[in-house]
Amino acid sequence: MNLEEIQLSREELIRYNRHIIIPEFGLDAQKKLKAAKVLVIGAGGLGSPLLLYLAAAGVGTIGIVDFDVVEDSNLQRQVLFGVDEIGQPKAEAAKQRLKSLNPYIQIEVHNIQLNAGNALPLVQKYDVIADGTDNFPTRYLVNDACVLLGKPNVYASILQFEGQVSVFNYRDSTGELGPNYRDMYATAPPPGLVPNCAEGGVLGVLPGIIGSLQALEVIKVITGIGEILNGRLFNFDALSFQSRLFNIRRSPDNPLNGVAPTIHALIDYEQFCGVKVLETPIKEITASELHDWQRRGEDFQLIDVREPNEYSAQNINALLMPLGTVTDNVDKIDRNRKVVVHCKAGSRSSKAVRELEASFGFDNLYSLKGGIDAYVQVVGTELS
Amino acid sequence: MATVIIPTPLRKFTGNSSRIQVSASKVSGVLDELAAHYPELKKHLRNADGVVPSFINIFVGDDDIRVLEQEHTSVSENTIISIVPAIAGGINHLTA
Repeated sequence: MNLEEIQLSREELIRYNRHIIIPEFGLDAQKKLKAAKVLVIGAGGLGSPLLLYLAAAGVGTIGIVDFDVVEDSNLQRQVLFGVDEIGQPKAEAAKQRLKSLNPYIQIEVHNIQLNAGNALPLVQKYDVIADGTDNFPTRYLVNDACVLLGKPNVYASILQFEGQVSVFNYRDSTGELGPNYRDMYATAPPPGLVPNCAEGGVLGVLPGIIGSLQALEVIKVITGIGEILNGRLFNFDALSFQSRLFNIRRSPDNPLNGVAPTIHALIDYEQFCGVKVLETPIKEITASELHDWQRRGEDFQLIDVREPNEYSAQNINALLMPLGTVTDNVDKIDRNRKVVVHCKAGSRSSKAVRELEASFGFDNLYSLKGGIDAYVQVVGTELS
Repeated sequence: MATVIIPTPLRKFTGNSSRIQVSASKVSGVLDELAAHYPELKKHLRNADGVVPSFINIFVGDDDIRVLEQEHTSVSENTIISIVPAIAGGINHLTA
């Protein structure tokens, strides 16, 4: 990289003054940040502080991968978002927030679910990858894509009160390559053994701490300052305030880059992690059919599993029962007549129906295909 | 006595104890001692073949027992043994 070619405007020089006056950082490091392209995978608990600090620091191009929408229950820890963003795609909402923080940088939105089919071309476009996902298949997918393409992977993970940070697949100034996630954990735990945050919970401030440390390591990897967390695992226990630093090394058995590699392309990560389950089909109803039922006076119960603010904005006189509260309100769901469950676009209602069928034995539930969005399209003019 | 640090996800099996004193002189003995005192913990420390599963790391001091002498690694009076499982949290997946 020729730093001479990278220019900072007068406004940028003023904006980044507190960086530039640090002797060990200086103008050169700031230029490296401007030239850098960082892909942040997951705009959630970890991604919130990570994106805010990378944008504030002046990382020139930031890519955001996330396919979820903002929900009220995210706001306990995802400080990137506010009440006004509920219901919006996270990657897009994050872009708007970051643009208002720093107009001198580029934000690329990737509103997709990362998978073995799309990961390589996406990762290829960036210099540094920061993994803040919440599940083992994506962890291994990101790791393998980074190793196959020779990209450093700044890793952070959290659960309940515990956080981990490391830098994987980092080639140091002597040319030596550091370990990757498969050197640390060759296989994922069987499903159900270790809960994820949705099941096990997480103290909201913890991703703030760990995501900030992740941002720190991204900035160090880009600028080359300090000692990179390469070959070391940082572990933080928020309850005891104990932090420990462990050594991790490359394993000769690593299937990606050990002595006898067996993985040369991306694989099926859900199968690798043992989480591939065939989703049982559920009963669905289209918006037109639902409207027909209403017109001819069919006897059924209508339940809305969106959040209260979404309900206030627009509803079709359904019983409000946000997805996270459904299993606590099973007694309010009719078993003796048809029940139509709806959300915004059909994803949450499918989850609710699947969960109620599997755990509580319901057989009278229908998920509204396309959600209230589809319903409004079909019968919009007749909505009160 | 050496000290074992139990990670937060496994503390439900140790009555919420985060640090446990053990008298064994090797890692294998430490794991046996833990399993004897906390039977629920056993399946997390050894798989059906009796070895530490690859999604659990055991560090003696700062180093992984895999680069030391595996379960034969010695522990002494002031040794800190850390159990560090793979965790995958980050974003909340139960959305959309």
